[in-house]
Amino acid sequence: MLAYIIRRLIYAIPILIGVNLLTFTLFFVVNSPDDMAASQLGDKYVTPEAIQNWKRKNGYDKPLFLNDEASGISSLTDTIFFTKSVKLFAFDFGRSESGRDITTDVSTRMWPSLAVALPSFAIGIWVNICVALMVVMFRATALDRWAVFVFVSLMSISYLFYIIGGQYLVAKQWMLVPISGFDPDFQPWKFLLLPVLVSVVSGIGSGARWYRTLFLEEAGQDYVRTARAKGASEISILFKHILPNALIPILTGIVVLIPSLFMGSLLIESFFGIPGLGSYMLDAIRSQDFAIVRSMVFIGSILYIIGLILTDISYTWADPRVRLS
Amino acid sequence: MGELGFKPVLLWSDALVFLLVIVLITFFYRLRNDPQSRDRWSQVFSSRLGMITFTVIMVYVGIALLDSLHFRQALPPPEGVQTNEVFYDNKVTSVLDVMLDGMGDRFERTYSAPFALKSFEKSNMSDGQGNMVRDYDWLTHAGQHLADPSGKWLDVLRLTAIALMWGLALSAVVVGLQWALLRGSVYPWYASWAVQTAVMCFMVWLVYISHYYHVLGTDQGGTDVAFQSIKGIRTGVLLGTLSTLVMLPIAVTLGVSAGYFKGWVDDVVQYLYTTLSSIPGILLIAASVLLFQVYIDLNPDFFSIGMEKADARFIALCFILGLTSWSSLCRLIRAETLKISQLGYVQAAHAFGVSHSRILGRHILPNVVHIILITFVLDFSALVLAEAVLSYIGVGIDPSMGSWGNMINGARSELSREPAVWWTLTGAFFFMFILVLAANLFSDLVRDAFDPRSNSGRSET
Repeated sequence: MLAYIIRRLIYAIPILIGVNLLTFTLFFVVNSPDDMAASQLGDKYVTPEAIQNWKRKNGYDKPLFLNDEASGISSLTDTIFFTKSVKLFAFDFGRSESGRDITTDVSTRMWPSLAVALPSFAIGIWVNICVALMVVMFRATALDRWAVFVFVSLMSISYLFYIIGGQYLVAKQWMLVPISGFDPDFQPWKFLLLPVLVSVVSGIGSGARWYRTLFLEEAGQDYVRTARAKGASEISILFKHILPNALIPILTGIVVLIPSLFMGSLLIESFFGIPGLGSYMLDAIRSQDFAIVRSMVFIGSILYIIGLILTDISYTWADPRVRLS
Repeated sequence: MGELGFKPVLLWSDALVFLLVIVLITFFYRLRNDPQSRDRWSQVFSSRLGMITFTVIMVYVGIALLDSLHFRQALPPPEGVQTNEVFYDNKVTSVLDVMLDGMGDRFERTYSAPFALKSFEKSNMSDGQGNMVRDYDWLTHAGQHLADPSGKWLDVLRLTAIALMWGLALSAVVVGLQWALLRGSVYPWYASWAVQTAVMCFMVWLVYISHYYHVLGTDQGGTDVAFQSIKGIRTGVLLGTLSTLVMLPIAVTLGVSAGYFKGWVDDVVQYLYTTLSSIPGILLIAASVLLFQVYIDLNPDFFSIGMEKADARFIALCFILGLTSWSSLCRLIRAETLKISQLGYVQAAHAFGVSHSRILGRHILPNVVHIILITFVLDFSALVLAEAVLSYIGVGIDPSMGSWGNMINGARSELSREPAVWWTLTGAFFFMFILVLAANLFSDLVRDAFDPRSNSGRSET
């Protein structure tokens, strides 16, 4: 097991290098630091001196790959590629264009994100599985067909409308919770209630529909027929036979998402004013802060790779036949 | 050209969309010759739901195509100047704009509620005696023909009745023509005709009554919301199809060659899509769009009219969405190709010394077409929804180009006003929901018909 994990981690290195090269190409080759400086400074203030100043201040005044002026090893290290991209591997994210330390920002903003994303994720899965099981119980009836239609309708509503509608109904009309904001010390659950509710409700359409398909696939298997022939009740078939057997495809779909929960949700956090990583990214995109975007891309890919490894490990737990080697 | 009084304008996205239509028609024409796929299509269309959803999608596509025929109108010659030169309006008009009969030109000052006669906000004006008062101003383009404002709803009813008569007359002609042609067909055409009648009545009613009222009110800038919602159709439909068109060749080429050649080709392709899918999609898209925006801002001379600039950004967005989203389809096609290339008939073809390109074209590609088809329809609705989110984040469609995302983005705080301004969001919601719902339902039917696995699952339950 340990050997497997280590090997997977080593496989991850070329992928991270690829991610790094891709972002580097996007940010420094397609658009030169001069272009970036010009767009950051705004049209009015673009003079050659201003651009030079901006580049020096933010550390973009070095050559891209190879520094001819420096000697020895520093001809490789005193470059934009090394200072801006390679250092990410050491989790040294540097400073944002506005001068704040990205590592500190990320580690403080991670927790509000998690406070929203984790309950939304857990409750969401629970609700979806319950709804799907209920629908599967009535399979091949009119109720089942209507349920699928409702699921597809729910899927067809843009996420933005769930948020806007939820804020309007629950917060403005019924005045049950504050519209937005977050306070970790004073009744944080009050601020979390609506975002979690909105995420769960908006996920029911696609989630429950997906679980229904998985359960139906299992419900057509021979062992289900055998169980029914033995006289097992429908309830026990659902929970004791179908649910455990559907675990493998369920795990494939959800375990990979768990590490990414740290990243938070862009839309939820920005609408509800939660100071997490999602709104951090959104602010970075809106203010064109490429240092933050670069760091978040790197963090996101690491979390995705961890998710893939966790998925494999979870298989051994769900299915004793699976051995990792 | 000057004789015609207009000058055609071909935007890049127009050219691409007509190219796409030609490609799709040839594709479906070739599929018709294949008995197996004909069977499957007839399974899709023999259900009423299939007919209804397909008709709805076609209506949207038709409106998008009409909105893609652009031209610039000739301006009347300046007073007192005798010249043979014709000057053209800087504003680009589309055939759809003409068919909507000036719906987009009836501006108000600011917000007004659906069917309202007065403005939604108070403004300074003078009463009869020359005093300044603050009151709700009368609208410029609503209820001008009314002698008595209290008779408004009766008038709306009267206009609706007239419009419905015209709508029914038009549908009678169109449906009657189809009935004469398709009589005795095994497919449930009547479902399609019902939708066509409903759509035609609605459109005739909308265009007719918009002369007298703002059906969905006006937004902050005073533009008719119903007009904006209809203009959003082109953006949504084009984004959904063009992005998929960019994505398909990449995904199919890489996926098929990885599954067929195996070895190092497979390793490289797997590496590429794992790397790409490990990057958070929204960040990659946002970063690419921002970089393109920087490029446009620094090279403003490339585009002669504002519309071309918005169009360039739109096409860039389609390309970016396509280039960043091929990994999941590629993975599916690779797996399917791996499976197919183990099958007996492919092995036999190898044994007979058939060339790689022939095996790929004859035996592999036709057998992955169903995956491509299902993905095409499924991705379409996902992309329409994604457009709204991207425009909200600020990396979507250019704000000067109408889109549902831009409408939502502009209206996101309107519900928190007192009283709430609900009509902009409702307009965007309604038009977007119908399209996405139709596409989702249709894609379910296509998948049931074409995917052997989901088919067997259904028959057993």
